[in-house]
Amino acid sequence: MTKRNALRLLFSIEFMINAANLNFVAFNQYLPYQEASNALGQTVVLFSIALAAAEAAVILAIVVVAYRLRNDIDVSEMKTLEG
Amino acid sequence: MAVVTVGSAIVSLEAKELVYGAIGLAGSLFGVATLFFLLNAPYVAVFQIAVYIGAVAVLILFTVMLVRQEGLAKEVKPKSTTAAGIIAAVAVILALTFAVLATNLSRFTAITNTATYIDIGKLISTGDAPVLEVLALVLAASIVGALALSRVDRGGGAH
Repeated sequence: MTKRNALRLLFSIEFMINAANLNFVAFNQYLPYQEASNALGQTVVLFSIALAAAEAAVILAIVVVAYRLRNDIDVSEMKTLEG
Repeated sequence: MAVVTVGSAIVSLEAKELVYGAIGLAGSLFGVATLFFLLNAPYVAVFQIAVYIGAVAVLILFTVMLVRQEGLAKEVKPKSTTAAGIIAAVAVILALTFAVLATNLSRFTAITNTATYIDIGKLISTGDAPVLEVLALVLAASIVGALALSRVDRGGGAH
């Protein structure tokens, strides 16, 4: 059973981003301790979360526009741009 | 905690109703936030809750309710690519597991001190200051773009 719902694609992207963030925070603990790099991984994750929020906002706007145009958000039927 | 996180992630992607999917997403993101707490990163955990649970999950819930329609969970016959995808995923998981086990990571000891917000603030305001400013521009541009996309054109306005 495959679902090609655009919002479900967004959920999946968010999960992948969160998995990567978790790795950054976890392996930050294995860095050799220095005053300067103590929170390096955590800083990267803060930037990543902000970027993911921006990306989610854009995707949701696109979903709303697609729904308004086509009354459907099934991405397997969006073929207008197909060559 | 990992069980809660992965479980609500599965619920989120497999739920018939999209609203339950969005709630499952929020639950899974909360699980990730508690994992951040357990990894001595309380500032990141609070940031995660504020941004994801506070903003992104609410935004997604609003969109789900906006585009709700009947028969949204259309079922499609599984294609042959599904089996190939599962096989590829299992192969990647096995390869990564063996790659991690082959490293000498276990010889290192994890530091357990908590990075305070002062450490993070030092990093952000010194070395990463350009990154912060570019990120602020990207965020502003994307929000303006999203507003412009979803604007309802009522027509008849001033040109």
